[in-house]
Parts: sequence; C-alpha cells; structure tokens
Amino acid sequence: MNSLNKRLSAEKRFQAYGLFAVALSMFFVLILMWKIFSTGSGAFVRTTIEANVFFNPDFIQVNQNSLEKELYRASYVALADEVVRQNHPKLNEEQFIKVREMYTRKFDYQLRDYLLDNPDKIGQSIIMKITASSDLDQIVKGNYPRDVPEAQRKINDYQLSVLDKLTSEGKVSSVFNFWFFTKGDSRDPETAGIWGAVMGSLYALIICFSFAFPIGLLASVYLEEFVKPGKVTDIIEVNINNLAAVPSIVFGLLGLGMLIGVIGLPYQVPLVGGLVLGFMTLPTIIIASRASLRSVPPSIREGALAVGATKMQTVFHHVIPLSLPGTLTGTIIGMAQALGETAPLLMIGMVAFVMEIPGGPLDPATGLPSQIYLWSESAERGFLEKTSAGIMLLLLFLIIMNTAAVLIRRRLEVKW
Amino acid sequence: MIYFALLILVIISYLFYYIGKKRALNLKFNGNIKLSSQPDYFGYYVVLMALIPALLMWFGLLLFKGNFQEMFVMSPILFPDISTWSDGKLGLILNKLNNLSVIVNLPLDDLTNGEKSILNMASENELTAAKNLANFDKIYGWANLTLFIILPIILGFLATRSISGKLNAQPIVEKIITYIIKGSSYIAILITIGIFLSLVFEAINFFRYVNPVDFFFSTGWNPNRAFVVDASEGFDKDDLENAFGFIPLLTGTLLIATVAMIVAIPLGLMSAIYLAEYASKRVRDIAKPIIEILAGIPTVVYGFFAALSLAPFIKDVGESVGLPVSAESALAAGLAMGVMIIPFVSSLSDDVIKAVPQSLRDGSYALGATRSETIKKVILPAALAGIMGSFLLAVSRAIGETMIVVMAASLRANLTFNPLEPATTITTQIVTSLIGDVEFDNPKTLVAFALGLTLFLMTLLLNILAITIVKKYREKYE
Repeated sequence: MNSLNKRLSAEKRFQAYGLFAVALSMFFVLILMWKIFSTGSGAFVRTTIEANVFFNPDFIQVNQNSLEKELYRASYVALADEVVRQNHPKLNEEQFIKVREMYTRKFDYQLRDYLLDNPDKIGQSIIMKITASSDLDQIVKGNYPRDVPEAQRKINDYQLSVLDKLTSEGKVSSVFNFWFFTKGDSRDPETAGIWGAVMGSLYALIICFSFAFPIGLLASVYLEEFVKPGKVTDIIEVNINNLAAVPSIVFGLLGLGMLIGVIGLPYQVPLVGGLVLGFMTLPTIIIASRASLRSVPPSIREGALAVGATKMQTVFHHVIPLSLPGTLTGTIIGMAQALGETAPLLMIGMVAFVMEIPGGPLDPATGLPSQIYLWSESAERGFLEKTSAGIMLLLLFLIIMNTAAVLIRRRLEVKW
Repeated sequence: MIYFALLILVIISYLFYYIGKKRALNLKFNGNIKLSSQPDYFGYYVVLMALIPALLMWFGLLLFKGNFQEMFVMSPILFPDISTWSDGKLGLILNKLNNLSVIVNLPLDDLTNGEKSILNMASENELTAAKNLANFDKIYGWANLTLFIILPIILGFLATRSISGKLNAQPIVEKIITYIIKGSSYIAILITIGIFLSLVFEAINFFRYVNPVDFFFSTGWNPNRAFVVDASEGFDKDDLENAFGFIPLLTGTLLIATVAMIVAIPLGLMSAIYLAEYASKRVRDIAKPIIEILAGIPTVVYGFFAALSLAPFIKDVGESVGLPVSAESALAAGLAMGVMIIPFVSSLSDDVIKAVPQSLRDGSYALGATRSETIKKVILPAALAGIMGSFLLAVSRAIGETMIVVMAASLRANLTFNPLEPATTITTQIVTSLIGDVEFDNPKTLVAFALGLTLFLMTLLLNILAITIVKKYREKYE
C-alpha cells in the first residue's frame, strides 16, 4: 500500500514538473513583453517647451523674396540661440549655455523646416512648441531620478529650477512623437526616428520576395512534378534540409564574400541584404511549397491529362493555382523570419549610421532589427526607449505577417 | 533607374506577347494557314526569344562591371606605379575616385564646403581618372539601356518573322520553361557551393598569414595585434603568433551553449511531455501557441533583454550572496539563449513523442503502470533516438546563434569554464572582426571567414548527424 502511495505521489510530482515547465515558459513570454512595453512606451511621446519665435530677417539674412535654396542654407543656429535669449531674458553667458542645453540641439532644423513650409512668416512672431533635449525629456518622463546629488545628474539644479518655472507657467507639454515614425536615424535621441530602417527592411523584403518566391516555387514544382525520385533529387533534398539549418551569420558571410567581394555589389545596401535574406528563405519556401503541391490530389492531374493537356499545362493551369495558398503561407512565414534576422545585415554593413531615408534598394540603409541593435549599443538613456519602441514595431509587423499567413491558410486552402 | 528598367521589361514583354499572338491569329484566319500550336504559345515564344539573351547579357555585364571599370579608370598612364599597389590601396583609391566622380562634373555653386575641399585635395591625375570614371558610368548606363531596349526589339522582330505554319511553338516554349524550372532547383545547390567556396577561399587567404596549427591549437586571442602594422607592408610573424587562437572561442561557445541547453532541455522536454500526455485540449490550444511565440521573437530582442535586464539582475543576485559576477557573464547570455531554444526543443520532442505508437502506452497501462512510469520507462526510451536528434539540432542552433551573444556576451576572449565569468564566442568574434573597416588583405578581417568555415562545418556535422538519427528513428515505427 505504502509503495502505491509512493508511486502515486511520484506521478503527481512528475505532472507538477510538467505544469511548472509550461508555466515557466509562458512566464518568460510575459516578462519579455512586459519589459519591452514598459521601457518602450515613453518613445511615443516627446516633451516640448513652448517658446515665442520671432523670425528676425536680420538674423537669418533672408527675406520674403528669397529662393527656397537660400531659405534652406540660411543660418538658423544663430536664430535658435536668439530665440532662447528672448524667451529667457537676463541670462549670463554660463546660464545661457545651460538653458540652451535644455532645448534640442537640432532646434535649428525645426526652425528651418517650419520656415520652408511657411515662408510668409519671415519677420513675424509665432508661438512654437520646441522639442526639449533628450535629458530633459527623460527627467520629465520620470526615467531619471531628481533626488540624487547634482553631480550624478545630467540636468543640474539650475536647469531644474528653470524647468519648474516653465512647468508652472504651463509651457512644458508632451506631444505625440510623430517624428519617431517619420524620420531617419539621428545622433540625438529626441530627433531619432525609425522610418529609414522600416524602408530599408521593406526594400530588402521586396528583393527577398522577388528572388525567393519564384525560384522556390519553380524549384519545388520541378522536384515534385517533373523528376522521378533519384540520386539528383536526393542530393537536392539533403542540400535543402541542410541549408535550412545553416546559421544565419554564415549566409551573411556568403553575402560579404560573394556578392560584395567577388561580384562587386555595393556595401550596406538593401539589395544585398535582400538577396542574402532570400538565400535564407529559399529552403523554407521550397519545403512549404512541396508539401502544398503534394497535397493536391492526383485526380486533378489525371483529369487534366485525360482531356489532352500537356504536363506543363496541367502543372501551370491546375496544380500550381491549387497549391498556391500553402506556398504563400510558407512564404509569408519565411519572410517574417527574414524580417527579424539581424546577423546577416551586420555582415553586409547594414548597421551604419544613416540619416537619410533610403529611396531604393541601392541606397545605403539599415534594417529594422539592425537599427534596434544600433540603438541598443548606444550609451544615452534616451535611446533605450527608442530601442524598445523599435522592438514593439518589429513585433507588430511580425504579428501582422503571421496573422496574414494564418488567414490565407484558413480562407483559401482547400482540404481534399 | 531600376524601376525604369523593370517598367521597360514589363512593357516589352507584354508588347511582344501581343504581337506574336496577333501574328499567329492573322496567319490562321487571314492566311488560312494551319498552325501547330495555340496562338498564345506564339506570344510566349516571341517574349522568351526576345528577352532571354538580353537578360543573360545584362547579368554578365553586371558581373564584370568591376573589371571593366578598373580597365577603364586605373590605367598605368595616370598612375605609373599602379603595379606595385596592394589590394587595399587600390580599393582605397577606387573608393576615393568613386566619391570624386559624383561631384567632379557638378557646377561649383552646388557643392558644399566639404565637397569643395575634397576637390581641392585631389591631384590632377586623380581628377582625370574621376572624370573617366564618371564617363564610364554614363557609358555603362547607356549600354544597359541599349541592351534592354534595342537587343530585345531586334530579336523580337526576328522571332515574329519566323512565325509560320511550320513553327511549332508549344514544345519550344515548354522546353525553355523546363530548363528554367530545372535551373531554379539547382540554385539551392549553387547557394551551398557559394557558401562553401567563399568561406574556403577567404579562409585559405587567412591561413597564408596564420599557420593553421596556431589557429586551431593556440590559446591566445588578440586579433588587434594585426592592427599594429600597416597591412600593405606585410606582417611580422611574431605579431601574428598567439593572436588568433581558436581555443578560447570554442570553449566560450561551448560554455554558453551548455548553459542554454541546461535551461532548454528540461523545460522544453517537460513542456512537450506535459502538453502531449497530460494537458487537456483547451490548455494545449492556449499554451502551445504562447510557447511558440518564443520561437518567433527575433534574437535581437533576446539580446537586448539579456543585456538590459538579465545580466544586471544576475550580477545583483550574485553579489548579494557574495559571488563576483561579471556584467557580461556567460550565464546571462546562456540563459537568454536557453529561453529562445525552449520552443525549438519542445516542438521537436512533441513530434517525436506523438509518433510513439499508442499500443506501447496501452500495453504499459494494462500492466498497471502510472502515466509517469509509462512516460519514463516506455515512451522516453522508445523516443530516445528522436529526442537526441532534436537535442543535437538545438545544440547546432545554440552554437550558430549570433545576436544574443553579440549583445550580452563579452568581446574579450577568456579561457574559462566558469559561467559567472565573461566569455566570448565564435559568432561574436566574426561580427566584431567585420564591423568597421573591411579589408580583404588583413588577417583581422579574414579571420571571420576561417571562423565562419569552422562554424559552418561544426553545424553541418551536427545537422547531418541529427537528421540521420531522426530519420532512422522514424523508419522504426513506420
């Protein structure tokens, strides 16, 4: 009897281990998500300080009739300094430098962009919400503690007192950070955006799709429909299975050694990135597409052949259209994996600092995951929330792609 | 330019399809000629005949663009001492000329101050070469355009003319398509060959600087020593000795992978057992996708998490009990990697456990065994080969994983088996040696390919072993 109890309690313990393992794995998902969301949500708002801006023609040395080119090249740095002086009167030089640091360094660009859009405001005064510097932003968001000794703070006591005065006047406000979604990378966290990286990844994925989808589809058609299983198909099959398990960094080395080193394609462009990702995705697509072709019943083929279609017509008019949903599902899942791959992008140079938003697959660019990596390596606190926000965006894209794959499978796939 | 070319390609294809079909229809109805194929096939025939040679030539031109460019620009007249230059210097000059060629023909007003100073610093010969390069780029662009427009038009015209009652288009078109399909399936092999060749070639270049015995058996890893000397002047053997020792990277990789497997194997296997044998359908339907999410999260996210939260947490815990823990400990990277691999182990083991025939379970239950006894004494031994195979695949995954270790592990080589100390891995060193300046004549860059080759062979061996084991096992119950 005793031994039966022992056995039963062993049974209970074993089951508890299993439950614990499942619960722990699910707990990891939760903690990962929670950490990302709690650090990343701050990136979607940005602190601004309201200021009175007078577009003094003497300072920027342009007038109402200036050409756009002249407006573009005018000296806004001096104007930015002047705006700070006017809004904080009676500062000595040391105080001025401290107050200037509270506004973003890219203040002058904000002024320039405004004037380019509204050239008629030259010589007029307007109220503008000027973006605060990243350090001030972090204080306002509460990510930097205020109650530590001054030497350990990036914002000193004087700046804090100015900030409190501005807050009590109602001039400090938080706005939705559109810049994060529309701008390229920047050295200053407050003006850094993800859009350049999104476009880089988009171009790479387009190249990846245009390479891997047709070739994967045709290769699987050949292997499933046109050859009898034999030595050649065995070699190709073993090869595809092995290729699917090659570490992604090795594909990156292929891109660097072959595409860049031998063929001479340029460094750090989405064209090379997309091709490398395409090489990686190819096995996934071939495996999915073959399974999908195999699921088309032979009666379809026999029916077409019976009414006089050639082999080619049977395959292209009947078998491929019926197997396409499965192939597409596999392709989207493969592309989602490709979107998250970082190591190959590192190898082919898509991790550089790129401010401009790429206009095509031959412009230097970063990808979404490599931008996340770049920001995560940055020491400034302001980039921490950008990193997490970038991860949130990446995960969002992955969720959308995987959902699309599931929907295609449910809606279009025919069960025979 | 690319979009333009693509657009032309699409327009030309459609146009020729239409022309070919029209001509066939014309022959059929107005000329009363009996055609041996459907009119569509004459359309396809013309398109294929017009475009395939142009595409092949365009590809060839792209492949050899670099060679043409060098022939055109790097002439010994402009640069008398060119034959003595090293590859690195050649690359540098070419790069400089590329930058120059963009601005050399622009009016001075449009240049920024930086660009003006670049122009002023360039020598007379360099300016001429840059102008040549700009001309070359122009000519090359025109050559491409011609190839894209004129060649297809001529060929398409000829193909259209050849349409007659005697031409049987369908078998020709089908034959060409068969070749295209066949070619596509060989691309997978070409990629493997490409990987192997690019790794082997550059690795051989690396072993010209560093003795393979030194590489595989020495224990010192200080690749920065190769920086001390100028690459073009060659290396002192002493500089390279003990600079590229593979052993500490291997131990670091194995250390971190071991930590990862210690996390992933019990959690993954137990999850799989619980979900396959105990859980109700509802629990399984919820828990399985959530665990699979772990597999879908990009590795850069794990790396960020490991560096941001896990490593400081482990350091704090270690220090609170008096253990000295590094901020870049192998433990943190290994733990994050282990979490990443859990779904990999669990889904593979799940398949294997499900493949064990129900009759084995029933037999065990009939003898009065509890479920856990059945699992431990019947199912796991029966599934052992398959489970081992999935573990091997997981190990290969852990060895090749890059981003987690790049972000959370150390860059400094450290020959240790203590997971609380920092350690570096093969993949980390590949990345560090390629970030920054890539020079194909410096062992500091080339070592990445030697490491990549080793990594490739290691994972290949593990994969082949794993696939063979799993295949053998599957056959046993089928």
